[in-house]
Amino acid sequence: MSSQATYNYKVVRQFAIMTVVWGIVGMLVGVIVAAQLVWPQLNVYEWLSYGRLRPLHTNAVIFAFGGCALFATSYYAVQRTCHTTLFSPALAAFTFWGWQLVIVLAAVTLPLGYTSGKEYAELEWPIDILITLVWVSYAIVFFGTVATRKVTHIYVANWFFGGFILTVALLHLVNSAEIPVTLWKSYSAYAGAQDAMVQWWYGHNAVGFFLTAGFLGMMYYFVPKQAERPVYSYRLSVVHFWALIFTYMWAGPHHLHYTALPDWTQSVGMVFSLILLSPSWGGMINGIMTLSGAWHKLRTDPILKFMITSLSFYGMSTFEGPMMSVKTVNALSHYTDWTVGHVHSGALGWVAMISIGSIYYLLPRLFGQKEMYSVKLITAHFWIATIGVVLYIASMWISGVMQGLMWRATNADGTLTYAFVEAVKASYPFWTIRVIGGLMFLSGMLIMFYNMIKTIAGKKPYNAPVVAPMAAAA
Amino acid sequence: MDVSLIRSVVTVFSLLCFLGIVYWAYSAKNRKLFEDAGRIPLEEDDLPEASSGPNRDQGK
Repeated sequence: MSSQATYNYKVVRQFAIMTVVWGIVGMLVGVIVAAQLVWPQLNVYEWLSYGRLRPLHTNAVIFAFGGCALFATSYYAVQRTCHTTLFSPALAAFTFWGWQLVIVLAAVTLPLGYTSGKEYAELEWPIDILITLVWVSYAIVFFGTVATRKVTHIYVANWFFGGFILTVALLHLVNSAEIPVTLWKSYSAYAGAQDAMVQWWYGHNAVGFFLTAGFLGMMYYFVPKQAERPVYSYRLSVVHFWALIFTYMWAGPHHLHYTALPDWTQSVGMVFSLILLSPSWGGMINGIMTLSGAWHKLRTDPILKFMITSLSFYGMSTFEGPMMSVKTVNALSHYTDWTVGHVHSGALGWVAMISIGSIYYLLPRLFGQKEMYSVKLITAHFWIATIGVVLYIASMWISGVMQGLMWRATNADGTLTYAFVEAVKASYPFWTIRVIGGLMFLSGMLIMFYNMIKTIAGKKPYNAPVVAPMAAAA
Repeated sequence: MDVSLIRSVVTVFSLLCFLGIVYWAYSAKNRKLFEDAGRIPLEEDDLPEASSGPNRDQGK
């Protein structure tokens, strides 16, 4: 009954392996910049200085590590749930090589100081054009596969992946509108408060759609697969998707509280951020409750541990986020380490852990194996990563609140109680703890790399035959 | 028609649209449709046929 046609696992394999490689690179740069804050002597050359390495770190972990994880998992899930191979294998291959070129160009230009100065969109205009070409190809491959599906229903994971692809295209095109002056210098098409608003409309939706919707697509496919149970409530997943789509777009102004942005815009951003709590928690509960009746699996299965812990961090950071968007709370938290801790609770706890779990699920299947070389090493990775995240977040909470309180403290005569440098000095112990937490998370990735090499070394790449859909499903 | 009115209309329309989606998702006649859809990823086995060689953990 089965035909000779196979799923396109090649591009999934390439992206899955590069997820681990870029994860190590991006997190290593993160550990270096964290260490530079504790030991400023480590700023040895200008192209290895904090100011140039920090955007390299954020770009590498979000777009190289996170991006490769999203490409790998979306290409896998869309083929399997649509019961058809990828639309246009040539374009799929182009998305892989094109995306790797973008990453390499970023790794060269950012340390050299070529930047457009827009956070999470620092890459200069020639690279922006390449990103656009890769992204349009990604959309063609993904939606082409959905269009040629062999089942009637489009599974919810594909809705999330599709929403992520479309929105990121829109965000990139609008925010990267710029006027080139030379090959490596351009200026934003917007000015003043408008530029700031466009930037954070982009910035927050990069969080909302790149780092949330895409990874929720991952969650809706890989958590049910690993737990071997359907998602807790499919109806809730439908409402979850549309609630997220209707509200996320408006939350961006909370990055610009107490700035030149009109007050009403700030309030709109705050209100929509508070509303976002419900779809976020709806999704988290839906993911975690998928295990209801099968909680015992959590004891023995480290991949499920990664996935369920990632959802717990998702719940935690999507509670923290709306709270921090409240103007009075933001008055204390903004510009402090609290924000950095919040970002990493989402980035390490949620994004990285759900990706790591999904990649551990994928790797053996892409090489004709039943499981990873060592399940014990996955467990070791899980614990070292979890402790690392907790150290990171807890130290940043404490230093963040401390900085906020020191900056706002005034004497009876209205003068500031502390000079800025006193808050810097007081932060050192917590920055040191952060380096340790980051080092632990990075060590976990090195364990993963070893486990991956041992799993795939000497094994033939495997391409599964296309499965015909069950008659009842149509 | 001024721009504020258009903005209000779009906002109200979006809310109604969303409430319509909620009604559609939870209406009793669609129960089976969504229960079946939830099983889509589980209706096929993606574990390779070939069995793995001895695993490091089991060797101990």
